[in-house]
Amino acid sequence: MNKLAEWQLTLPLALAFAAIFLAPLLMLVGVSFFDDDKITQPGVAQWAKFLGDPFSYKVIADTLLLGVKTVCATILVGYPLALVYLDSPQRLQKVLIFIIVMPLLLSVVVRTFAWIVVLGREGVVNQVLLSLGIISEPLRLLQTELGLVISLTQIEMPLMLLPLISVMSRLDPNLRDASAALGASRWRTLFTVIVPLSMPGLVAGCLLVFASATTAFISQTVIGGVRLIYLPLLIWQQSLVVFNWPFAAVVSITLLVSVLTVVSALSYLGRRSGGYVHG
Amino acid sequence: MQSTPTGRTLDVEDLTVRYGQALAVDGVTLAIEPGEVVALLGPSGCGKTTLLRVIAGFVRQAAGRVRVDGAPIDHLPANQRNIGIVFQNYALFPHMTVAENVAYGLRARGVRGPEVLARVSRFLDTVQLGGFRERLPRQLSGGQQQRVALARALAVEPSILLLDEPFAALDRNLRLDMQIEVKRLQRALGLTTILVTHDQDEAMSVADRIAVMNKGRVEQFDTPVAIYDQPQTLFVNGFIGTTNLLNGKVAALDGGTATVALDAGAMLRLPSPAGLSSGAPVMLSVRPEQLALSQVPGPESWRIERGLSLPLGAQLVHEARTADGASLKIVEPRRASPADAARIYCTLAADARPTLFPRPT
Ligand SMILES: Nc1ncnc2c1ncn2[C@@H]1O[C@H](COP(=O)(O)OP(=O)(O)OP(=O)(O)O)[C@@H](O)[C@H]1O
Ligand SMILES: [Mg+2]
Repeated sequence: MNKLAEWQLTLPLALAFAAIFLAPLLMLVGVSFFDDDKITQPGVAQWAKFLGDPFSYKVIADTLLLGVKTVCATILVGYPLALVYLDSPQRLQKVLIFIIVMPLLLSVVVRTFAWIVVLGREGVVNQVLLSLGIISEPLRLLQTELGLVISLTQIEMPLMLLPLISVMSRLDPNLRDASAALGASRWRTLFTVIVPLSMPGLVAGCLLVFASATTAFISQTVIGGVRLIYLPLLIWQQSLVVFNWPFAAVVSITLLVSVLTVVSALSYLGRRSGGYVHG
Repeated sequence: MQSTPTGRTLDVEDLTVRYGQALAVDGVTLAIEPGEVVALLGPSGCGKTTLLRVIAGFVRQAAGRVRVDGAPIDHLPANQRNIGIVFQNYALFPHMTVAENVAYGLRARGVRGPEVLARVSRFLDTVQLGGFRERLPRQLSGGQQQRVALARALAVEPSILLLDEPFAALDRNLRLDMQIEVKRLQRALGLTTILVTHDQDEAMSVADRIAVMNKGRVEQFDTPVAIYDQPQTLFVNGFIGTTNLLNGKVAALDGGTATVALDAGAMLRLPSPAGLSSGAPVMLSVRPEQLALSQVPGPESWRIERGLSLPLGAQLVHEARTADGASLKIVEPRRASPADAARIYCTLAADARPTLFPRPT
């Protein structure tokens, strides 16, 4: 089969991708350049309105910050978990991987409402803390950023753990022993050998968690409530409540661009640190 | 070279290691002298690596002790044992340069500044890799990586050196060079060394003593010559070198000497091992170079049917078959042997030291 024919074989898929992803994106960009919500007057008024409002920048910053906080929390919890997983005997690993993947098997809505039960005023967390006497009044967790980050950390955890575990389990186990035999403590081995070599997995995990947390509309609105405003909520209000589609398009493109910027910066760092795994 | 030619003793006492139910090492005892090179030789899966890993502190034993200079080290974690190890796959840190790899152990021990650089240079020069400091391990050949691994292990001046099949990945010429190199360094530093291998030539040429292992046990721990000439068990006999096995029966016992009637049809008087009784079935093991061919029959010769004769380097290998169906290999120097088909009697060469083993029935 010649080159041309092979190329032609990819055509149906390429067309499907163009129709499903590219066309709506172009339409989105097009719609954003109309001044009125009936989409009749071309112009840049919506962009001017959005970019001229300091509130917009606060929402962008909050959204990106939410992503950063969630990424940090998933690293803090996920990295030690990955280490535990690697040190476990094989049978325990099977159980652990099931527990790790579990959040992916549940519907977003179920997971999110479960967190409401856990975090609420009468929820599990408060009940336990109260009965232990650690706090005297119920903590406010729902509709706070803290509660949102906690629940997102659990929900996004598989996205951090799966790439991390897959990279770590390909590391030569002799490297750890070699490090110990040369006199290094466990911590030294962790920070000078294991962490640098697991960077590609860590970066991949951060990318996925960041992209997913910044756009997690359901969790953001149900647990964060309407008082915590992030870009996805803004898009939803503008498109389905106010029906100002051009403005919603402006916010959507902003979300897309800001997330993509962070993600590309991260993956650039990842590529610079990567490549040693199969060295 | 700053040398410590006073090596340490290494004593392994009754060491047993279990993986779950399976015994990987089964009551191994080795007393290793200061500065000695001991080869662990044995088939795959006999527990050589496991034994090293216990000594290095990566694996806990089920029973037994390890002592260095008489002091038990079993309670020490791997990073406090000061035992250098070179892994079969080298296990160089792939994200560090050659110099960083060699400096790793020094830094971990709190050595700082110009001292680190000086020692890294010294050991890289020792393994003749002075010009490769800034390379990454993946930019080196197998032999170079192996030398970096050696320099890394030696840089911290360990008290004991463990080498796990360090030459397995190298081609023949390089392997010979590296064997000499390792031996030279080990001598200069007076390092007590254990070398794991399943290559018997390597064990013979590098080691002062060889421990032949089988199924987690040490079958014989002796000098290469003694292992070759006086194998204590049938396993050692079969594992080291090539050997011919001839069946027979003890016809008479007279003090330390047994008269053996070979099934092939000869009567031989041989030194007898302890515990043989008259009439017992035995097996005679004799090396190919300890057999001779002759034209004349005699009471100590047996008739053979000659097979192929193949030149092998400076030697000639004859194949033959005895009357009772055992196949023999006989090796002679080439110039001394006209391949003449009339020599149909086989006998023990003058200096032959065959070994008798009781034959399981
Ligand atoms: N981590 C492990 N878990 C369970 N069994 C193991 C483990 N490591 C080794 N074994 C078993 O212990 C026995 C000894 O293994 P070991 O690696 O010491 O053999 P070896 O003599 O080094 O073999 P080779 O020459 O192939 O390297 C083998 O039967 C092996 O299957
Ligand atoms: Mg091994």
